[in-house]
Amino acid sequence: MTIRTPPGRTMTPVAPHRSAPDALVVDRGATVAGRVRPAGPLRREGPAKLTGEAKYADDLVFPGAWFGATIRSTDAHARFDGFDLDPAFDWSRIAVVDASDIPGDNIVSLISDDQPVLVPVGGEIQHHAEPLILLAAADRETLRRARRAIAIRTTPIAPVFDPLASDHVFAHYEIATGDLDAGFAAADLVLEGEYRVGHQEQLYIENNAMIAVPREDGGVAVHGSLQCPYYIHKALKRSLRLDDAQARVVQAETGGGFGGKEEYPSIVALHAALLARKTGKPVRMIYDRHEDLSATTKRHPAIVTHRTGVTADGRLVAQDIEVVMDGGAYCTLTPVVLSRGAIHAGGPYRCPNVRIRARATRTNTPPNGAFRGFGAPQVEFAAEIQLGRIAEALRISPLEIRRRNLYQLGDTTPTGQVLRESVAAAEVLERAAEAAEFEGVHARTAAARTRRAGSGALPGSPLRTGRDRTASGIGVALAWHGAGFTGSGEVKLASVASIELGADGKVRILTGSTEMGQGTKTIFPQLVAAELGLAFDDVEITPQDTAIVPDSGPTVASRTAMVVGGLLIQAARRLRATVEERNGGAPFADVRTADAATHGPTRVDQEFEPYPHVEFDDETYRGDAYPAFGWAACVATVDVDLDTAEVTVRDVVAADDVGRVIHPVLAEGQVEGGTLQAIGYATIEEIKLRDGRYLNDRLATYIIPTALDAPRITTLLVEAPYSGAPHGAKGVGELPMDVGAPAVVAAIHDATGVWIHELPASPERILAGLGITRPVRVAPQPGAVDATIDDPIEHGADPRPEAATDPQVIRGPRDPDERT
Amino acid sequence: MTAWSFAVNGLPVEVEAPGMRRLLDVLREDLELTGTKEGCGEGECGACTVLLDGAPVDSCLVPVCQVQGTHVATVEGLAEPSPEGAVLDPLQQAFLEAGGAQCGICTPGMLMAARAYLDAGGGPDDGAIRESIAGNLCRCTGYTKIVEAIAIAAGGHR
Repeated sequence: MTIRTPPGRTMTPVAPHRSAPDALVVDRGATVAGRVRPAGPLRREGPAKLTGEAKYADDLVFPGAWFGATIRSTDAHARFDGFDLDPAFDWSRIAVVDASDIPGDNIVSLISDDQPVLVPVGGEIQHHAEPLILLAAADRETLRRARRAIAIRTTPIAPVFDPLASDHVFAHYEIATGDLDAGFAAADLVLEGEYRVGHQEQLYIENNAMIAVPREDGGVAVHGSLQCPYYIHKALKRSLRLDDAQARVVQAETGGGFGGKEEYPSIVALHAALLARKTGKPVRMIYDRHEDLSATTKRHPAIVTHRTGVTADGRLVAQDIEVVMDGGAYCTLTPVVLSRGAIHAGGPYRCPNVRIRARATRTNTPPNGAFRGFGAPQVEFAAEIQLGRIAEALRISPLEIRRRNLYQLGDTTPTGQVLRESVAAAEVLERAAEAAEFEGVHARTAAARTRRAGSGALPGSPLRTGRDRTASGIGVALAWHGAGFTGSGEVKLASVASIELGADGKVRILTGSTEMGQGTKTIFPQLVAAELGLAFDDVEITPQDTAIVPDSGPTVASRTAMVVGGLLIQAARRLRATVEERNGGAPFADVRTADAATHGPTRVDQEFEPYPHVEFDDETYRGDAYPAFGWAACVATVDVDLDTAEVTVRDVVAADDVGRVIHPVLAEGQVEGGTLQAIGYATIEEIKLRDGRYLNDRLATYIIPTALDAPRITTLLVEAPYSGAPHGAKGVGELPMDVGAPAVVAAIHDATGVWIHELPASPERILAGLGITRPVRVAPQPGAVDATIDDPIEHGADPRPEAATDPQVIRGPRDPDERT
Repeated sequence: MTAWSFAVNGLPVEVEAPGMRRLLDVLREDLELTGTKEGCGEGECGACTVLLDGAPVDSCLVPVCQVQGTHVATVEGLAEPSPEGAVLDPLQQAFLEAGGAQCGICTPGMLMAARAYLDAGGGPDDGAIRESIAGNLCRCTGYTKIVEAIAIAAGGHR
């Protein structure tokens, strides 16, 4: 896919069709004039989760169910020559499935038809965790023995691990506006920088899990942990040759997703379904943590380079940005992740001359996919650190340089989108800075850094002196996040949400939108009850079961509250109008039971209609990339240990503009959780690879923040409503993920004078940046580990003993001027 | 196979199982108490936390032979049954009101760790609460509202 746009071409600007209301900071429980804001209702499924009654996939019991397992490649790149079943083992008790058992297309249906459900014999293995064979047995012990009695034959092929060296391009985009050469000519300062981010694991606490149950009509019902029932429904229909009714997908209670259960569950479901088809029995495919970490999708690693022209007073005049993402072995959602990354790459800043070139390539590592933020956290980290370095070079405060460049109402983005309304960049920045007392703290930390400089054993080093045990720093970051699907995505989805007034007088919501902790099952009844004049408890929500609910689009992209919530409001208004009209205008709440008795059930199916004034050309990449943007600011305060360079994130103030707050407690919960995921990304979360395999593929070695690592988080919810959505909501889930990491890294710089160019900002990288240790690359020792491990999933190589020789590239600043 | 006798949520049970069978599997599969969750199977995440004679343990790391003669408390024992349905205990109620449970998969373990903290006389101090749940990973909440909920249950104000 190539999209090129001639520089300088712009869309015809559309005059603001309404003035944006002033953004508003919402205090929890506060009542806002003109609107009723009662405290939000309690989480609908909360009591079930709190008592242990809620049934997650692995809690479901299907009598007679067998256990399934996946035999995976141990090669990063190879030809699959065949497999041998040990004749000494009794295979009569085992179901063995290979690619020849797939009745339909051997393709995991998504964007590109490149990923097989199982690699066929003779086919090409593209990554080390690639599924080859499926096994099932009536009990776990027999299954465990069977796994050891199967041998895989392969012929290795030279792998590619470097995304820059790969010539297989999944997608590339170029976005350009203005005249880049003229921009750089007008610049007083040109600054270059290269920034790198690695894999990040979603690390939902419930692993991927699916149970497939054969149906009498030859189809299959799949119960599992998932975000997008209709993605799986489509994948099952295609690979198993089933019709709409034969394929049924039912969401179990889902223990977190964060994007990690957007596309991968299709594979787990297909595998379970193939085994169920083979055995005629229900088959449980429940991943353990090691398999989940080894095989499932991660956030795309990225290499982002910036060349920025800026005037002496700190105004951006040219941005030349290149984004390279590592897609892993298969396309998955990479083109869409890259697209969002490209559009957000400049950060929330006005710049007349911009060129953004983005590409994603294939490497022989497990495929990367959706993760909260979806391409934006990678590029916004780079954009924010670049801007921080510019501010430092120009001796302008980090706050002030953002004030001078942030998007205001009426500004135009690099795709030619005129920001006609709902722009709250300044509001979130000022609110966060004020609450965190940024200017005052920043003045104190700068004075402390000056005092420390040169006082330690190393010239110019801020390391420990007789007085200071730790150095404190404060950092600020600002981000934007496009609301809903990119470009014409929402129009193509054509989502449907429904409300039914049953013959029993009960109101039921029918949507395919899933609950995975973010609050779907609470805010939907809340929105509908408000429209119908009913109590929260009077509105039911049906299970997420493709036999019952319409396709409301995937539960991703922070689109559920905004898009599907909006559809439900429209549906509720239509239902109310219909019922009240035929009952002489009597209130819906009073007549619904009588109406149902007279007229029978009434159902309203609401299909998405394009947002007004939103036009995007997918061919030229010009126009309104999103109907609106959410805006987020984060101020982080850190302590850096001056002996060990260990970072403690002490306080975070997060200000997020979500359009309209539907449920303050749930919205705060999204901001707090997303903020901590971003802090983990910034400080401790890192996947190390050797020969294309993740080394730290256990929870003992891939670590995420605990309660002791988590800072105090203060959330400020800001409202700049979007007029195209009936309730004004723009979504909240992903916003905090974009902004936490650059704020923490800016704070580390404030404390130490070191700019970290590669996440996570580990003590090793900080010490290297200080010049205390040298950047080290230790050559891997081929064969030293792998020779003894024939099945990493089964045996689970513990990488800890080799930690000292891990190939690790520590990228310090490229020249001494980059630190003060 | 040996028969192991212990109490679960105040009721005596006898389980026939190999001595090294994980308490987690005994609870979930043999006793059908699926409220206790498995997140990692190696004692890192705390999702399987139960109380063994009042002390929080990772039930994935406890073989059933070590449970002989003890009292095991799980999430199913927190709420009081009543004819109108379960009545949440004050800790569960605080989680519900403060927003301490999102996806809910860490919640049973988190509740049990917090229950042990409160039963030992723990108060609303932020640092002490965080220490008490440091062995329980949550990926949804950022811990803010969990700490708040435990503080409320400990008699503190939000």
